[in-house]
Amino acid sequence: MSDLELTTGPTTAQTRAKVQASIKRRYRAEMRFRAYGLFATMLGVLFVFLLFFSVFSKGWSIFGQHYVKLDVFYDAAVLDPSGTRNPDTLRSADYQALVRASLRAGFPTVEGRRELRELTGLVSSGASMQLQRAVMQNPTLIGTRDDQWVLASSQVDWLLKGRTTRNASEDERRLSDAQVTWLDALQADQCIERRFNKQFFTAGDSRDPELAGVGGALAGSLLTLLVTLLLSFPIGAAAAIYLEEFAPPETRVTDLIEVNINNLAAVPSIVFGLLGLSIFIGFFGMPRSATLVGGLVLTLLTLPTIIIASRAAIKAVPPSIREAALGMGASKIQCVVHHVLPLAMPGMLTGAIIGMARALGETAPLLMIGMVAFIVDVPQGIMDPATVLPVQVFLWADSPERGFIERTSGAIIVLLLFLVIMNASAVILRNRFEKRW
Amino acid sequence: MTPAVLFAAIIALVLVAFQVGKARSLTVAGGPRGIRTLHSLPGHYGLLTAMWCAIPSLLVFGIWLAFQDAILIRMVLVHLPAEVQHLPKAQLGLMINDLRNLVAGNIAPESVAVSTRLAAVEYLHLQSIARLALSALAMVAGIIGLLVVRARIRPDLRARNAFESLIEWVLFGCSGIAVLTTLGIVLSIVFEAVRFFTFVPLTDFLFGLNWSPQMAIRADQVGSSGSFGAVPLFTGTLLISAIAMLVAAPIGLFSAIFIAEYANRRVRSVVKPLLEVLAGVPTVVYGFFAALTIGPLLRVWGEAFGFNVSGESALSAGLVMGVMIIPFVSSLADDMITAVPQSLRDGAYALGATRSETIKQVVLRAALPGIVGGLLLATSRAIGETMIVVMAAGLASNLTANPFEAVTTVTVQIVTLLVGDQEFDSPKTLAAFALGLVLFVITLVLNVIALYVVRKYREQYE
Amino acid sequence: MKDFAYSLPVPKDIKTIGTVTAPGAIFSCRNVQVFYGEKQAIRDVNIDIAPKEVLAMIGPSGCGKSTFLRCFNRMNDTIVGARVLGQIELEGKDIQDKHQDVVQLRARVGMVFQKPNPFPKSIYENVAYGPRIHGLAADRGELDEIVNSSLRRAGLWDEVKDRLNQPGTSLSGGQQQRLCIARTIAVNPEVILMDEPCSALDPIATAKIEDLIDELRESYAICIVTHSMQQAARVSQRTAYFHLGDLIEVGETTKIFTNPRAKLTEDYITGRFG
Repeated sequence: MSDLELTTGPTTAQTRAKVQASIKRRYRAEMRFRAYGLFATMLGVLFVFLLFFSVFSKGWSIFGQHYVKLDVFYDAAVLDPSGTRNPDTLRSADYQALVRASLRAGFPTVEGRRELRELTGLVSSGASMQLQRAVMQNPTLIGTRDDQWVLASSQVDWLLKGRTTRNASEDERRLSDAQVTWLDALQADQCIERRFNKQFFTAGDSRDPELAGVGGALAGSLLTLLVTLLLSFPIGAAAAIYLEEFAPPETRVTDLIEVNINNLAAVPSIVFGLLGLSIFIGFFGMPRSATLVGGLVLTLLTLPTIIIASRAAIKAVPPSIREAALGMGASKIQCVVHHVLPLAMPGMLTGAIIGMARALGETAPLLMIGMVAFIVDVPQGIMDPATVLPVQVFLWADSPERGFIERTSGAIIVLLLFLVIMNASAVILRNRFEKRW
Repeated sequence: MTPAVLFAAIIALVLVAFQVGKARSLTVAGGPRGIRTLHSLPGHYGLLTAMWCAIPSLLVFGIWLAFQDAILIRMVLVHLPAEVQHLPKAQLGLMINDLRNLVAGNIAPESVAVSTRLAAVEYLHLQSIARLALSALAMVAGIIGLLVVRARIRPDLRARNAFESLIEWVLFGCSGIAVLTTLGIVLSIVFEAVRFFTFVPLTDFLFGLNWSPQMAIRADQVGSSGSFGAVPLFTGTLLISAIAMLVAAPIGLFSAIFIAEYANRRVRSVVKPLLEVLAGVPTVVYGFFAALTIGPLLRVWGEAFGFNVSGESALSAGLVMGVMIIPFVSSLADDMITAVPQSLRDGAYALGATRSETIKQVVLRAALPGIVGGLLLATSRAIGETMIVVMAAGLASNLTANPFEAVTTVTVQIVTLLVGDQEFDSPKTLAAFALGLVLFVITLVLNVIALYVVRKYREQYE
Repeated sequence: MKDFAYSLPVPKDIKTIGTVTAPGAIFSCRNVQVFYGEKQAIRDVNIDIAPKEVLAMIGPSGCGKSTFLRCFNRMNDTIVGARVLGQIELEGKDIQDKHQDVVQLRARVGMVFQKPNPFPKSIYENVAYGPRIHGLAADRGELDEIVNSSLRRAGLWDEVKDRLNQPGTSLSGGQQQRLCIARTIAVNPEVILMDEPCSALDPIATAKIEDLIDELRESYAICIVTHSMQQAARVSQRTAYFHLGDLIEVGETTKIFTNPRAKLTEDYITGRFG
């Protein structure tokens, strides 16, 4: 005690004063630091909203599409001059002439090739295909008169959806003043209608924005994911089981496998594309653009994710369960199959869904293996050439036509919708079945 | 039989094998009451039989199909007229492509040469023979396996042990696929890259300042000699990654600190998943966002401040890439910060430190190795990111540090070189693999360092 | 009664006090040593287990009694780095032999753990699991019979007969432990190992388990590790005292507790350390 009293250090009062002196500065620093944190977090949240706002504001209108009513006369002279009803003749007839005639009947004042072209430009080039389909299905239509709702052209749709105003210049509108007048007349006659855009979800790709749909890409994505899931889940689960339950720990082979898995999880996805290109396509001669190859590449890409998640799920099963089973004389395999796997399954499935969500959004490696081709048909099997949703987004984003911006955003909305569903089901699965031991 | 039908047939055979094995074990045991005399359950005998039936037949099936196409093509080529066989490699490749497409029914027979059409007929003929042979071989292999095991079934056959060690090998094989994948990546990339370096010297590639991979198609063409100096790509990649990290590192770190140390549970439960949404958005969406929203926006702002910002600029790609990486940095940093034990914090608080002082001087210092590791992983991700730069950074290989100009990156060039029709042997395509090798090596080094640092850090607090 | 010949010869330089052999021994251990990596957990233990007796293993914490117990059904196999040396013979056959099937061994030597660990399945399935994997029942009726009798013998039947389909985890701690015992005896083992089966239970549940052990002795050899000397005194016929990996003394329980011959044993049971 006496020693302490003899030292010439600061007294408590002095110390207290010093603390007091700096306290304000320190609290200001504290406030500043906190503000930085808050600001950074808000910025992050802001980006989320900005991203979604930018996509949805461009793409929400995709769910509607404008149709024009045409009073079509299926002129036998145009369709089937010989009267034989030969399907080949019917298929190759000039249906565009019917469209032209029908529009012209509505606007008898239109003269000259240029004006006529502008008039037919109001409806999509898909109109003639639609008429062809109708006639091929039902040849008795020939010679009769019928109302047909056909797709409006992309520019008309653009204007009617309010993306551009009537007051804008002709260049900006991509519609001439005459076209706008005709459009008004059609609207006054109630010959224009906005409907749910079913076509967008069923049709394949097209050069014309109003005809293009995500149906083909959607089917391609589903087929690719199917291949991926069927391969990567069993293999990933098996690998995880081996590493957690059977692998002799800390041997060279086990270490090699573990290091490989961890590194593969961080290899850029485009490198997997190079692998797919040179091994699956170059070496094994598998067909380009096929969903099978896409699925294989994505399998290799998602395997590390699934293995890591499955291992975590298996690790979470308490050892007492294993001891109980082994103590009963269950073999190692019986112990795993009867006890560990059922308990780890929700966690493993969650991992699989997250892996699939990642595979669904993956683009770069699929570009490498040729899934970027322009493909109109909806794929029917895993050997068919196809594209997938994100690649479709990439293709459309590159297109110069303005109408494709809406399609691109629409495709993104569909893509995000699927991702939300997948991630939500993963969260639900986890919350519902996750057991705390 | 088509492969699909054959596969179904093999599965059916395997199911039969299971029943045969099971029934046989019951017979040797002398009926259901004799089960106790068996070493294993009857089902185990069935499973063992099924496995030994499935393994040989599926092996035959897989290996045969993997090499069937290559062998058939070679056999067809041998029968082709000499002038076709002596075509230059590139044209031969195109012909084979036509042949494949014709066989698959993707193109009309009229659109290809007569020799190709004949070759296709020959191919289909050989294919039908091959399929027949495969079917016979696979089924016979399966049946032999079945019979061999069936003959060996006795009460003292340790069916369960045999079956289970077989399964263990299968599991081991599955985990070995990861190693095979790495091996496949390394072999395929290195193989093609080495071929590239026979055309272009390694030093020209690594240190050349001019990148214009367009090869002269005709000899008299001027100005498209094809030069493969990759330095502009490296600087472009670095520039964009640097911008991305400048955005992601501070925002990610500070938001992690805020979420981990300041936010109450309600805020945390809302903000954390919201930021994680950014990680789940596909990169192609970011690319679209960068190209159509941020790019034009920056150009308008640039004009307002008197800068000349090009529509596709390093800045817009870098900014958006930074946004993409924010959740990556923030969740890793969050993990690292929460791993710091409470006792350390308590020590600081007990001395009278404020919260920010505790964080800055104790928590962050303790978590530093982990955070550095996380930032390295994020950088590696930025370098390997493809879609954002493909859609927003452009193709111009400018050697510049100006973020307002368009630059190109390693990944962009890989995509451009490989998308579309290409022959396998031109330096142009092979260049993509050389770039891929560089990309793989750089990201691998970053990952290995980062994973090592992070693991060391985790072990410290476990 | 089994032949005395199953008991292996006892080494001459044995340090253990008391008779380590037992008439008609089913288990016979000689010079058993267990290593965890470099660390030796058990040194030169010699002991026999006779049918229809309860052998209690007591000793201070960390003396290796649980480790030794786990040798009998080779549960030490599941611990990385654990090595077991010496001879452990079950009816004259070395269970350490690499040809020994551990699955069959564990079917003969059941085990009950410290913490009740019922499977997350129904009560019925918990008990039926062993008979199923070992193929003990030819049909459903036989299986029902096994489940029924096992639960009865474990004294659990009256409490659970109406809710056989409820999860095993829904039972109380004591009931869970008796379920684990029922599960063990459903396989009809020859020896039951119990690793501090009552340490996680309250006194009433403990009393029930002890009664159960007494009844089970009619049919099985039981080897129980316990921390409670009272428990050892109540349930066992023979007691083995372990100290820091050595087997110090073996003898009839009444003698050990009333008249220990070794100094260490005396110190322990009189409560000088624990």
